Parts: sequence; structure tokens; C-alpha cells
Amino acid sequence: MKNLHISTTVNGDQTEFVCAPDETLLDVLRNRLGLTGAKEGCGTGDCGACSVTLNGRLVCACLVLGAEADGAEIGTVEGLATGDHLHPLQSNFIEHAALQCGVCTPGILVAAKALLEKNPNPTDTEIRYWLAGNLCRCTGYDKIIKAVQIAAAEMRNA
Amino acid sequence: MALDSEKKQVFKVVGTRPARPDGIDKVTGRAMYGADATAPGMLVGRILRSPHAHAIIRSIDTSAAEALKGVKAVVTSADFGAPEDESIRDVQDNCMARGKALYHGHAVAAVAANSAVVASQALKLIKVDYQILPHVTDVDEAMRPGAPVVQADRAFENVAAGFSENVTSQCEFGHGDLEAGFAKADKVIERSFTTAATHQGYIEPHACLASMTPDGKGDLWCCTQGQFHVRTVCAEIMGMDASQLRVTASEIGGGFGGKTTVFIEPVALALSRKSGRPVKIVMTRDEVFKATGPTVSSSMDVKIGMTKDGRITAAQARLRYQAGAFPSETVTYGAQSAFAAYDLKAVETIGWNVLTNRPKEAAYRAPGAPMAIYAVESVVDELCQELSLDPLDVRLKNAADKGTKSSYGPTFEAIGLRATLEAAKAHPHYTAPLGVNQGRGLSCGFWFNFGGNTCVSLNINTDGTVGITEGNPDIGGSRASISQMAAEELGIPYEKVRTIIADTNSLGYNDVTDGSRVTFSVGLATIEAARNAIKVMCGRVAKIWGIDEDAVIWEDGCAKPSGPNAGSFDPMSIEEIAAISANTGGPIAGHFEVNADGAGVSFGVHLADVEVDPETGATKVVRYTVFQDAGKAVHPDYVEGQMQGGAVQGIGWALNEEYIYGKNGLLQNPGFLDYRIPVASDLPDIETVILEIPNPGHPYGVRGVGETPIVPPLAALSNAVSRAIGRRMFELPMSPPKLLKAMSQKR
Amino acid sequence: MRYEKPSTAQEATNLLATEPGIARVLSGGTDVLVQIKAGMIEPDLIVDIKNLDRIRDITPEQGGFRIGAAVSGATLGEHAGVTALWPGVVEAFELIGSTQVQGRATMAGNLCNGSPAADSVPAMVAANAIARIAGPDGARNCPVQDIPVSPGRTALAKGEFITSIFLPARPERAADAYLRFTPRTEMDIAVASAAVSLELDADGTCTSARIALGAIAPTVVLVDAASICIIGTKLDATSLEAMSEACSAACNPIDDKRGTVEFRTRIVGVLAKRAALIAYKRAGGRA
Ligand SMILES: Cc1cc2nc3c(=O)[nH]c(=O)nc-3n(C[C@H](O)[C@H](O)[C@H](O)COP(=O)(O)OP(=O)(O)OC[C@H]3O[C@@H](n4cnc5c(N)ncnc54)[C@H](O)[C@@H]3O)c2cc1C
Ligand code: FES
Ligand code: FES
Repeated sequence: MKNLHISTTVNGDQTEFVCAPDETLLDVLRNRLGLTGAKEGCGTGDCGACSVTLNGRLVCACLVLGAEADGAEIGTVEGLATGDHLHPLQSNFIEHAALQCGVCTPGILVAAKALLEKNPNPTDTEIRYWLAGNLCRCTGYDKIIKAVQIAAAEMRNA
Repeated sequence: MALDSEKKQVFKVVGTRPARPDGIDKVTGRAMYGADATAPGMLVGRILRSPHAHAIIRSIDTSAAEALKGVKAVVTSADFGAPEDESIRDVQDNCMARGKALYHGHAVAAVAANSAVVASQALKLIKVDYQILPHVTDVDEAMRPGAPVVQADRAFENVAAGFSENVTSQCEFGHGDLEAGFAKADKVIERSFTTAATHQGYIEPHACLASMTPDGKGDLWCCTQGQFHVRTVCAEIMGMDASQLRVTASEIGGGFGGKTTVFIEPVALALSRKSGRPVKIVMTRDEVFKATGPTVSSSMDVKIGMTKDGRITAAQARLRYQAGAFPSETVTYGAQSAFAAYDLKAVETIGWNVLTNRPKEAAYRAPGAPMAIYAVESVVDELCQELSLDPLDVRLKNAADKGTKSSYGPTFEAIGLRATLEAAKAHPHYTAPLGVNQGRGLSCGFWFNFGGNTCVSLNINTDGTVGITEGNPDIGGSRASISQMAAEELGIPYEKVRTIIADTNSLGYNDVTDGSRVTFSVGLATIEAARNAIKVMCGRVAKIWGIDEDAVIWEDGCAKPSGPNAGSFDPMSIEEIAAISANTGGPIAGHFEVNADGAGVSFGVHLADVEVDPETGATKVVRYTVFQDAGKAVHPDYVEGQMQGGAVQGIGWALNEEYIYGKNGLLQNPGFLDYRIPVASDLPDIETVILEIPNPGHPYGVRGVGETPIVPPLAALSNAVSRAIGRRMFELPMSPPKLLKAMSQKR
Repeated sequence: MRYEKPSTAQEATNLLATEPGIARVLSGGTDVLVQIKAGMIEPDLIVDIKNLDRIRDITPEQGGFRIGAAVSGATLGEHAGVTALWPGVVEAFELIGSTQVQGRATMAGNLCNGSPAADSVPAMVAANAIARIAGPDGARNCPVQDIPVSPGRTALAKGEFITSIFLPARPERAADAYLRFTPRTEMDIAVASAAVSLELDADGTCTSARIALGAIAPTVVLVDAASICIIGTKLDATSLEAMSEACSAACNPIDDKRGTVEFRTRIVGVLAKRAALIAYKRAGGRA
């Protein structure tokens, strides 16, 4: 199995890595690039804990090959905050207790950000369906939906 | 713990909703969970698992795997000793099958290699010679004489005759004259129920990193609900002194009871010892479902007698819990909690634990209680329907209260059941109109709550800020609550306190984060540690002022003279006292160690509205409200979070979650696509109403809140569905095929 | 395993045709990567087709649309033209997986994976969609309906792969709809499903109907016996009932962890009935 040399952009930074052809983007991010914010809850697309954006589209990093990242732009939870300034979703998740254990949180934040870019003023139902691929076992989702709404309102008024 | 006479009623910090200390780490991806740890020279560990439900392991040939380039160690049960303690041996045998594979997915061997690819290749090279045995996965079948025996000679003597060897224990609780009670009833209903096994479903799979050195020292990082328990079990299995094994708990991505035991840690330690390198094991989701703790599945009979006006005259339950391949005590909790919400003159519960060829059951939020209470609350609801009584009135009429002799023995202290029921009755949800195909159900829920071994260190830093070291992994914001209680007691702002969770070397033994004990016990120990630190500070100030120690009091973060007679001194703040501590006797700290009791039982009531599609059997939860007594809600956001999260786990249990075994004894659905936990779009908002009936056993009145909320949803949903479709349901989950079938049967 | 990302269809077929071991086309990867992870397949060669010319394009053609094989659900769902013309196909495709899966999944992949429960397949069959196939012997067209042959198997020969799917033009007063049954609202695999495509005349009488069912037989089933029940009607209750029964009669399901024979047989009729009413309304009929 010959390793591949890949050039990509992660959170705006030009990045290169070497990976095996069957290695997933999630493994690359976590094991080769030190970006362990994306979590592996299942490795089979069922939980959303590994959510990242690939050329602006929300995807499961566990269902993308590292090789497919060549020439692409990848966004992860590590890229959400600007400097020491948290993204409104991040600050509102803390303020409104939208996380308990927090392991689903990186994926949910990345997914919610993608939603608000597409639809800055979603209904609760739209948020619930958009986030249906992000499992959270701790919160019952209630506070997550509310925090996304509050962040969305804050972003609309910014 | 004696009742606290100086009960605090007015709070400044407790009851507010400050940001949690680990918040930023968790929203930026910086927090380190189990799988995020690395060590220099680290190897990848992988586990080979049984493809059979039940099989003798005749031999294991690991030579080809050992010969593979990159493989640094292979272990099987031959690499482990035989711990004397039976429960520890069970844990070990669950981590690595000895002689017999007891369930589909039971570990039989493990490898450590320099890459994941090599490790997987090596697993394929291990040859296991199995002799397949007949298996049993159903609880009722397993109890029958002649059933395949999962483990021989494990039954206690008190088990009644007439069962197979799989029935390992029997328990009984109750009081009063049942026969006379039933005779007084106007209506007696007896029903049988079953519930499927469900999994805790934490999103973070088990993960650990073990590092053993040739001098016998070990370090272990893992995601666990209790690093001290992990140390006890692993040290015993590895034949080490506790002092030589340091266990550090990572951030934990959910546990719900399922991370109170070990599955991979001893294996990683054994691989590390053998290879001389650090070894990391991360479970796949498939392994999590196959080999870690689901809850018990159950088969139950409940009989209750009621008078026309709604008074329960007698109640009886028979509980049969299958807890997988190893003996378990969970049925005891079920038998104790079944009728806890009721003040009964005659009550009896009998429970049996049963072995089957399934994974060893692990605790799941209020272990044992949800199913038993589901059966009881279903029969109560049916009686209400039969006798045309309001289900809340009936609960109020029979509610346990302060002074009630509980169905499991003890007499209750102040409890919040009545207040909770009354809150539900007064809530607009209870009287809101229902639409077509809709039904409303309610259920009470109960959990004991635990205290247990707890140990806290509180250090006053030289600038007057405070560091707290505690020993219980934070699974839902407990660091914030602990800091709040310390700030409250010391009279300083929340921001001045930082709480961390210690490794096993830094603190005395702490029980695991379970039994809803942390906010209660660690909180109590923190308050007492703060009081001890205050005592030290007052002593130092007394010396400076040259007055008696008891002439100094502590108020708003300052030492003050107790009154005009004590003398006239300007108050000294905690900062001032800390700054000169080097001159007044050295560092200032408070400690507290306790085996806490007085946890204070907790009750909740849930109201659920559902709509059932008459043509497909699909159930939609349209409205849901949780009422619960929290004693004192230290951080109300996290109390609500526990109530909402527990309710949703219960909703999943009631509707769609289940372990499905094929006729071949193999698990059919070891993944999140077919093990259907609720997703965001399945649910309505979960409304919460927190009641605060102070727990006399805690200085601030705190009760545990984490477990009770998973109890009521099972019956609340079953009662709602039964009322919506006009037929009683006796089986969980109420998946659509079952509902459609029930609806097509004649009433 | 090798990973190749050819830039022409010719190159792709050559790679696929000459690989002595196991070769797999990679589109969205939402099946392929899951199967690799689960150890169900161990391919020697992965041919990523996303770099081919026009493979991600949606092009109007003869009043219909040609949809490149690598068009994801998210992209198709954003295309107003296709959504207006074939709302049932789009809704079926969009039901697949989560938002994340939608970012990657393709209809061609859904079809070629060969699952009896594939959501977009009944909708494509009801729409009479035509797949364009590239192969060692050049390009050919094949009705979507003829591609699945049994669970996990397709009619594609070695070296062949789908380059696009054509959704034909349709007259005025025509529409389609798709419904599936899953225990959860999302993130679930169909226990049974039904796609209905209808054409109406000016007074709302159904003149043509194609009804395709999923997850109730080894492959998708086009039920002419059900179509006949509603052609010539305005979808009154009696004809809908007859259609629903015809659908149930066409079932050949299995009992598995996702549903029983009995359940699948019953609900597929309900789904067909409900989907027909939605399609009827979309086509401008008033039931
Ligand atoms: C979490 C999750 C949920 C899912 N839910 C659903 C669901 O609700 N309904 C449903 O139907 N499916 C579901 N799926 C399955 C999957 O997403 C769909 O089948 C999807 O449409 C596959 O498309 P893909 O492009 O990702 O296929 P790939 O994985 O790329 O390919 C699938 C198969 O088709 C072959 N293939 C791909 N493209 C071509 C081509 N152009 N020509 C020839 N062969 C090709 C591949 O070699 C492979 O065998 C789910 C998957 C996941 C992970
Ligand atoms: S880890 Fe990728 S979806 Fe679960
Ligand atoms: S906060 Fe624990 S899984 Fe979401």
C-alpha cells in the first residue's frame, strides 16, 4: 500500500500530509494533523461527531478518504473561533448549557454553523431536521436547539 | 452524616447559572477525551471477539500473529491470573474470555502493533478453535430447567427450586398481609410485561492508554466514571499494588453508568506490560454495542388491588431480569424501587437474576428501576381507566410521604413526591386538550440516590483564590456546581474558584460518579472542606487580633469580630489572610473525607402526550413535561439538562431502542443506524419544572437529580399510547409493528 | 489498496476493467467507506469518479434533466428546475441519511449499491429514469429499473459505471411523490417505501401512473396491477383502496431486524395510497 502525498487547506491554512489510500479524513485530522476536535463516535456516518466541511459542504469526516482532500478546503471546529474571539454559536452553547459531556459538541457546532450560513433564520423544526445526523445522548437536544436559535438571532443582529 | 443544623436558606451563588469551567475547551475542540491521548512510542491495541453466542474455546493459536512484522504483543486469558475476589474475576473474564466465550462479541485475544493496519491483520491470523454450544438469550427461556447453562455453580442457595442453574439470585421485599389486602379491593388487575435490553448509548466509545514499565509501575489514562474504581480493579487483575498504578480520568463523553466498570483497561495494561510500550485501545462502535454494558432486559408480573375510590389495598410484583453472562444485583434495585412511590399496607416484590448468553449488564441510569416502575405504573393506569379515576388523583391519594414505611423497608424523611404530583396537576399541560389519535400518559419515578466515599481538598492560594481537587469525573457540569458551593460557603465570587479532577495519586479513594452522588456528596465534602479552611483562617486572624478563636466569625469572604465584645477590628478579607499566610503558620487548606449517607431519595413525575398513526403504528411525542424534586438546584441549567436528557433516553427506550438477537444468538443491530436512539427531529421541546424540597441530609438541601428522570418515561409513554389507541400495551419498545398489530386486534 | 482519480471516463473504465482484484467505483463513499470500515469489502482498487468531466453537472436536456453521477443530494436539492419537475425523485434522494450524508451521497451510488431499501431507486423507477453507462465497449443507456438484479448486485458488467441519470420531460398536470416508513423521523433505513408518478388530464382524471415499491422484495418492484386501479379515476377512495391492496399483493418481503413480513405488506399499501394523493395534489388534481 503506497502512501499518498496530499495538499489541502485546513481552516484556511495550507496543509500537506501523507496518508494511506484507505485512511479516512477523520484519521488524518486526528492522527496526522493533531486536530482531535472532530470525534469518532461510530466511524460509519451515523453519529455526526466527526462533522467537518469539505469545500463548504457539511460531511462526516469518517466517510471521506484523506486522499479526497487533495486540493480541497476543509473546515473543522478548531477553525470556528477567531483568535480569542468565540463564534456566537460557541459562546451561546456555553452560556445556555447546550452541552453536558461535550463530545457531540464539536460536530454539532460545525453542523449548526453550516445551517446558519445557508439559512440565517431557521425554525426549530428546520434546526431539528438539519441536526438529525448529530446524535447527542446527554441533553435531549432541547438546550441545543435553543442555543442555536439564540446564536442565530445574535448573528442576524450583528 | 448527621442532620445539619445550620441549614442555609439564602444563597448568593448556588442557584445561579454561571459558565462552566470546561466550556471553552469543549466548544473549541481542545478538551481531551479518552481517544485523544497519545504517548511516545505508542502502539495500537485491538481485540479479537467471539463470532459465536456460546462456545468452548478449545485452543488459541497466536503464533502466526506474533510472527507478523510490527506485532509487539499478543495476549489471551493465559496472560491473566485468577483474582480471588469473585466479582473482580468476573470483570476479568468479561474483559478476556477464559475457557468459554459467553456471548457474541466476548473478547478472546488481543494484539498490540505499530499500526492499526498491522493490528487488524494480526487479528485475522489468530486461530481460535471453538466448540459451539447451545445458547440462550431470552430471560424466560433461560430460567426453564433444561436451558443451556451459561455458567455453572453460580447460584446462591436462597434461589427457590424449579429453575435452571442460570437463575443465580433471588431477592424479596415487602410487608403486610397481601391476601387480606387483595380481598379488600374492588378491582384487582394482574398483568405481565417485557422490556428489551437497551444501551447507555454514550457517543464516546471506550478508550484508554496504558503504559507499564519493567519496574512494575503503571499509568493509565481512560474515559471512566471512576478512576479509583478502575485502579482497584486493574491493580487486582494485574497483581499490582494500588500505589504503583496511577489512573487519570480523561474528559468523558457520556457514561450514564456504562463507564463505571472496565472492559479494555486490563487488556491494554497486559499488552503494555508484554510489549514494553504504551498501548492505546479505542473501541469501535460495533464493539461498544456487542461487548459493553447494555441494561437488563426483563419479564415481569404485577398485580395490584384498588378500591372504587382509588386506594391501593395490596400490590405484588415478580421481576425476572436477565443481566447477561455474569451474576448481577440489578434486580434488587428493581424490586426495591417498584412500589417506592406508594404508601402501601401490603406489598411484596420478588426478583430473580438470570444468566444468558449476552454481554455482562452494566449500570444504566437508575439501574433496575425503570422497568419495574414501568410495569407498576402501567397497572395503576389501567386500574384508573377501569375505575374511571383521575390518574393524578389516584397517585396523590396513595403517595408516599414523610414518615411512610417504604415498600423496601426504610421510613422516608422529607420527600418531594406530593409536591411534584401537585405541580403536575396544576400545570397547564395536564388539562390541555388532546387532538385525534392522541393520548396522555403519566408516571411517577423514583431513585434512591447514593452518597458514598468522597474526599475533597480545598486550597486557599496565596492570592486568596481557591483551588479544589476532587475525585469524580465531570459528566455534565459538576465542576461548575462544586465551585459554586465552595464560593457560596467562602463568600467569594464563583470566578475565584477552580475545581479540578484528580488522578488516583492525588486524593483518597472516591467512589465512582454514579448513584447521582456527585453534586450531593462531593458538594457536601466541599462545603465541609471550606468550613475547615474557614476555621483555619479564623484561627489565624484570632492570633493576629489577639482574641479568642470563637470570637472571630466568617462573613462575605472576610473574618470579622463576632460582636462588639470581641473587640473592634477591621474585617480581614480572604485575600489579606492568604497574602500573609506564610507569616501566620503557612499554607491554608481545608480537607474533608466522608462516607456520606443521607443522599435523600428523589421523585419525579412525567407527563407525555403522543400521537399514534392508526395506519402505520408510528408514535410521535407531541408534548412532554418533567417535574422533579431537586432538593436544591445548585446550577439549574444542569439540573434541567439532566431532566431533559434522562427523559429522552427513556423515550428512546419506550419507543424504538432494543437489542435484537437472531435465532443464532448473534446481535443483529450493533450500530447507531439500527439501534435507534432518538434524533433531534424525533422530539418536541422537553419542558421542565424543578421543585425544591430540601434534603435534610445535605447542608444546602441538595439531592441527586441525574437518574430519576429516566424512570418515568417508559410508563408515561406506554400509558399515553395505550390511551391513544384504546388498547393496553405490555411490551417495550412499542415499535410500530407491535402497535399496528395491537391496533388491528379486537379490543 | 490503490486510490485512483482518473480525469476521463475512458481512463476510469480501463482501470476498472483491467484490475485483477476487487475494484470499486467511489462516488460519495457513504456506502463504500462504511463497507470498508465494517470489513465487508476489502477493495484492491478505488476509482474516484468525481474528477470526470461533467460528472457533477445538472444539464437540461429535451425538456428533462441529465444529472451527473457525482451530483450529491445537497446539490440536487438546491436545483429549482429538477425540484419543480420531479419533486418525488428529489424528496426521495433527500431522505437518504443526514445532512452530512446528503453532502456526499449520489443517486448513482444509491442505485449501484443495490440495497432493496435504497430510497431514490423507487422514485427513479416511477419516473422512468434512464442511466447512461460508460464501459469498455463505449456508452449505453439502460432504464434504472433494469439495473438492480438482486440485493447488492447490478446489471453492470466489469469495467462499466454510470456517468449520468436522465430524468425525462413530463407533460403539464403531472407529478410524483415518494414516501417511506421508518421508525425514526431521520437517520433510518426504509422498512417499506412507495413512489408514485402520475399524469392527469384537464379534469383531473389520472391518465397514466407508475407505482414503484421499495424494501418489500429483493429489488424494487414496479406494480402495473396497482397503476391500473387508479388510471381512469380521480383517485376516489375505492380505487385507492384497490391500488393499496394491489401493492400489498405485490410484496415479497422478508422478516428482519427492521420489520416483519406482515408489517411491510400492510404499510406499503398505506404509503402508496398517501404518496398517490400527494402526487395527485402536486399535479393539480383535487381529491
Ligand atoms: C448514516 C447513513 C445513512 C444512510 N441512510 C440511507 C437512507 O436513508 N436511504 C438510502 O437509500 N441509503 C442510505 N444510506 C446509504 C447511502 O448513503 C446511499 O446508498 C447513497 O446514495 C450512496 O451514494 P454514494 O455516492 O455515497 O455511493 P458510494 O458509497 O460511493 O457507492 C455505493 C456503491 O455504488 C457503486 N457506485 C457508486 N457510483 C457508481 C457509479 N457512478 N457507477 C457504478 N457504480 C457506482 C460503488 O462502487 C459502491 O458499490 C445511508 C448511509 C449512511 C452512512
Ligand atoms: S464518527 Fe463519523 S459519523 Fe460517527
Ligand atoms: S453533550 Fe454528551 S453527547 Fe451531547
